[in-house]
Amino acid sequence: MHNKTLAELAAGLKAKTFSSEELTRHFLGRIERFDPKLNSFVTTTAEGALAQARAADASIAGGEVGPLLGIPYAHKDIFCTDGVRTSCGSKMLDNFIAPYNATVTSKLLAAGAVMLGKTNMDEFAMGSSNETSFYGPVKNPWNLDVVPGGSSGGSAAAVAARLAPAATGTDTGGSIRQPAALCNLTGIKPTYGRVSRYGMIAFASSLDQAGPMTRTAEDAAIMLGAMAGFDARDSTSIDRPVDDYRAALGNSLKGLKVGLPKEYFGEGLDPAVGAVVQTAIDELKKLGAEPVEITLPNTGLAVPTYYVVAPAECSSNLSRFDGVRFGYRCENPKDLEDLYKRSRGEGFGPEVKRRIMIGTYALSAGYYDAYYLKAQQVRHLIADDFKQAFEKVDVILGPTSPTVAFKIGEKFNDPVTMYLSDIYTIAVNLAGLPGMSIPAGFAHDLPVGLQLIGNYFDEARLLNVAHQYQQVSDWHQRSPAGFE
Amino acid sequence: MEWETVIGLEIHAQLATKSKIFSAAATAYGAEPNTQACAVDLGMPGVLPVLNKEAVRMAAKFGLATSSTVAERSVFARKNYFYPDLPKGYQISQYELPIVQHGILDIELEDGTTKRIGVTRAHLEEDAGKSLHEDFHGQTGVDLNRAGTPLLEIVSEPDMRSAKEAVAYMKKIHSLVRYLEICDGNMQEGSFRCDANVSVRPKGQKEFGTRAEIKNINSFRYVEKAINYEVERQIEIIENGGKIVQETRLYDANKDETRSMRAKEEANDYRYFPDPDLLPVELDAEFIEQVRATLPELPDAKKLRFVEQYGLSAYDAAVLTASRELADYYESVVTSVGSEPKLCANWVMGDVSGFLNKENKEIGESPVSAELLAGMIKRIVDNTISGKIAKDVFEAMWNGEGDADAVIDKKGLKQITDTGAIETAINDIMAKNPKQVEGYRAGQDKLLGFFVGQVMKAMGGKANPAQLNELLKKMLAG
Repeated sequence: MHNKTLAELAAGLKAKTFSSEELTRHFLGRIERFDPKLNSFVTTTAEGALAQARAADASIAGGEVGPLLGIPYAHKDIFCTDGVRTSCGSKMLDNFIAPYNATVTSKLLAAGAVMLGKTNMDEFAMGSSNETSFYGPVKNPWNLDVVPGGSSGGSAAAVAARLAPAATGTDTGGSIRQPAALCNLTGIKPTYGRVSRYGMIAFASSLDQAGPMTRTAEDAAIMLGAMAGFDARDSTSIDRPVDDYRAALGNSLKGLKVGLPKEYFGEGLDPAVGAVVQTAIDELKKLGAEPVEITLPNTGLAVPTYYVVAPAECSSNLSRFDGVRFGYRCENPKDLEDLYKRSRGEGFGPEVKRRIMIGTYALSAGYYDAYYLKAQQVRHLIADDFKQAFEKVDVILGPTSPTVAFKIGEKFNDPVTMYLSDIYTIAVNLAGLPGMSIPAGFAHDLPVGLQLIGNYFDEARLLNVAHQYQQVSDWHQRSPAGFE
Repeated sequence: MEWETVIGLEIHAQLATKSKIFSAAATAYGAEPNTQACAVDLGMPGVLPVLNKEAVRMAAKFGLATSSTVAERSVFARKNYFYPDLPKGYQISQYELPIVQHGILDIELEDGTTKRIGVTRAHLEEDAGKSLHEDFHGQTGVDLNRAGTPLLEIVSEPDMRSAKEAVAYMKKIHSLVRYLEICDGNMQEGSFRCDANVSVRPKGQKEFGTRAEIKNINSFRYVEKAINYEVERQIEIIENGGKIVQETRLYDANKDETRSMRAKEEANDYRYFPDPDLLPVELDAEFIEQVRATLPELPDAKKLRFVEQYGLSAYDAAVLTASRELADYYESVVTSVGSEPKLCANWVMGDVSGFLNKENKEIGESPVSAELLAGMIKRIVDNTISGKIAKDVFEAMWNGEGDADAVIDKKGLKQITDTGAIETAINDIMAKNPKQVEGYRAGQDKLLGFFVGQVMKAMGGKANPAQLNELLKKMLAG
C-alpha cells in the first residue's frame, strides 16, 4: 500500500479495496517501526488521524469523492494545527498548542486528507540540513549518515521512506526543493502569493511559500490543487483562480523552449551532479524540448541578497517570541529585561540567533540603506534577469543543489558553505517565481534533483514538464533500501 | 531677554471604526481585559494583518478636510521595539510614505484674528495594549483589548507660539474629527490625546531651540498647563547658563510639572522597514472623489454661513459651530421658531450651555430638546411670557416638568398685559413710597428702576416689562 501514488490510493479507496482507516493504520505502523531511525516526525497524531480516517470512510460510503478524501499526509510542523503542538522545530514553541488552523491546514482538512503527524524541520525553517532542529537532526533514508536537506527535512525523509504518501513543506530559499532533491522526491514551491501564508509561522514574509512534497508530479498536482487559492486573511495572497494542474499534465513537450542558465553549470557544481542533469536534458530533448543557453547575470548576487533580506525580516518576525504570551519562558525572571533576554537566549538555537543578529544589524539606523534597501534593489535586478529569460524560453532548467546530500555535521559549523548549498534555489524566492525539483538520477549513490523554474503562475507547465519526464524515467519510483 | 515659544503637536485620534485596523476584533471601550483581542491582536505565531478599509477612508476624509494631499500610494512599516503590551514586538505604522501630507488648518486667536497652522502629515497606525500595574501583587498584567485599535497620528508644523495657540489648534482638530465622524473625541477614554514638542528661542532668532517632547496629554487644560510649565522650565535653565537636553518628558497633573522620561541617547533604534505582510495602500481618483462626496459642511464653512444667514456675530457663530451637535441643535431651534436667530443664539449659548456645563453634560444629553426650547422661545416672541419669566420656565423644563405651555399654565406665569391691572399696581406702589415719587420728580431718574422692581415684585414678575416701563414713566411724570 505504501508504494502507491495518491491517484492509486484514491482509486483504491473509491473501489473499497481498502478503507482510509486501514490505510492510516498502515502508515502509522510504518512510522512507529521506521521513524526511530529517521527522526522525521516531531509529533504523531494517531488518535486524530484515525478519527479523520473514519470520518473519511463514512463520507466515501456516502458516495463522496475527492482526490485527497481519506488520504494520509505528513504536515510540516510550521503550520498551525488547532489543538496540536506546533513547534516549528524550536524549544521556543515546544509547549505551544496552536489555538487555530493555518489556512493550508484547514484546506487539507476540508479536502478530507488525514494528518498523520507533524514533521521535523530546521528551527523556524532556518537551515539546509535539518540539523538546527531542537528535536535533533533528521536522517536521510538513502543513507542514514547524511542529511535529508532542509528546512523541510522531516517531510522529505518521511515521504522518501514511505512513512507518508505525501507531505507539506515550505520554501523560503529552497526548503522544499533542496530536501526533495536530496531525498529523491518531487517538490514544488509555487509562485509567491499562490498559497496562503496565514497560520504558517513566518520566517521571511516576502519569501515564504508553502507547497507539496510527493513522489510524482501528478501527486504534486493533486496536493497543490488542494493547498492553493486566494485567502482574504493573507494580504499577499493573489486573487486569481487556481489552474486545474492535473488537466495539463498530458501536454506534449514538443517545441518547449528550455533555458539552461550558464551560471548554473559553472564553478561549484559537482561534476557528477552536472552529468546527471545533462542526461536528463537529453531525455527531455527526446520528448521534443529545445534547450536554449541563457544567462542570469546576477545569479552571484542571490545568496548575499538573500542573507540580508531573510534575516532582516526574521529579526522582526521572531520578536513576538518574548516569553510574555506563549511559548518558552525562562525560570524566575528578575525583571522585564531579564525575562526577554533569558527567554529568547534559552529558547532559540544558535542558527536562529545568528540570523536575528544579522537582520537586526542590517535594519539598524545608519546601515539600512547600505544593506536592506540595497538588497531590495538587487532583488529587482534578479527578477529582471528572469523576466528577460522568459521572453526567450518557457521554462528554466538546472541542478537543484550543487552537490548530493552531505554528511551530518560536515557543514554545520561552517555557515557560509552551508548557505552556498542553496545557490541555485534562492534566486527563485527573491523573484517570487515557481520552482520545482524532480528526481533525475544518482551520483555517489545519492539522489540528484533537477530544478525547473517557471514564469509567474506557470505551475501547471512545470508540473506538465515533470510529469512528461516521469513518463520516460523511473528515478522517481526508486525507493531507499531498509524500509520495506 | 525676550523669549519666543515654539510648539508643534502630535495628536493621536482613535478612529471610530467598528473593528480593529488589522483584525476583525471589536474596538468598543471598557470590555473585560483581553475579551476583545483575537489571535491577530495577540500576535500569535503565523497570523497576518489585513487592513481595515474603513480606517483608510476615514484618514482620507481627514486629509480632504485639511486641504492635504491624500497619497495615491502609502506604505505601512514596522516599528520594532520590545514591550509587553506590544504583542508582535513591532508596531505597524506608516513611516516614510504616510497617507496624508501637507495640510493646513486655520485657528482663531483670542484677539479675533486667524492663524494658519501647517499639518505636516497624518498617518495610520495601530495602538498598543495596556500594561496594568495594580492588582497583581508586584507583577504586571497586560490587557490587549486596545491593541490594534486604529489611530490617526496628526503631526503639525512647529507653527504655534503659545500654549493658548496650541490649545486652539488642538480644539480645532478635536472639533474637526468629530464633524467628520471619524473619532468620538473622548479624552477620558484616551480616544484623543496629544504629545507636545516644546522649545524656546530668543525672540528674532531663526534657528529652533532644542525641544522636549511632552507625552500623552489628555485634556485641553493640561496641554496649556504642561506647555506653560515647560516653557518656564526651559527659560530658567537657559538664563542660568544651562542647556536644554532633547528628551521625552511626562506631565504630572497632580504636581503640575513635567519630568524626564528618557533622554535621546536612550531612545530606541526602531529599525523601521516596510511591512512585508501588507501591500502598499493605493488610492485612485475615483476613491478620493467618493470620499469627498461624503464630507459634511465643515466648521469654517458653517461659521461663515451662520454669520450670513442668521446675522450672528463672528464670535457667536464660532461658539455655536464648535461642535457639529451644538450647531445642529441651534439650527433646529431657529428653524422651529422661524425668527429671532439672535435670541435663539443667546438661549443656546446662555442657559442651555450653562446648565449643561453645570451638570457636565453634552448637548446630546440635554433634557431640554431643541423642540422644547423653540416652543418656549415662541412664547417670548408672542409676549406670553417675558424673558425673565422664561428663565423659570426653562428651569422647569430642564427638571422635566413638561413643555413651556404646560409649565406656564400650571404655574400661572402668563404675562399680564392688562393696562388697568398694571396701573392699579403702580398707583398702589406710588402711594406707599411718596418720598421716592418726590425724588424722581425732582430729577432722580434712576429711581425708575426702583419702581419697576417694586411693581414687578407685587405682580409676581408677570407684568409685561415694556408696558410697565411706559406706564410708570407716564404716571410718575404726573
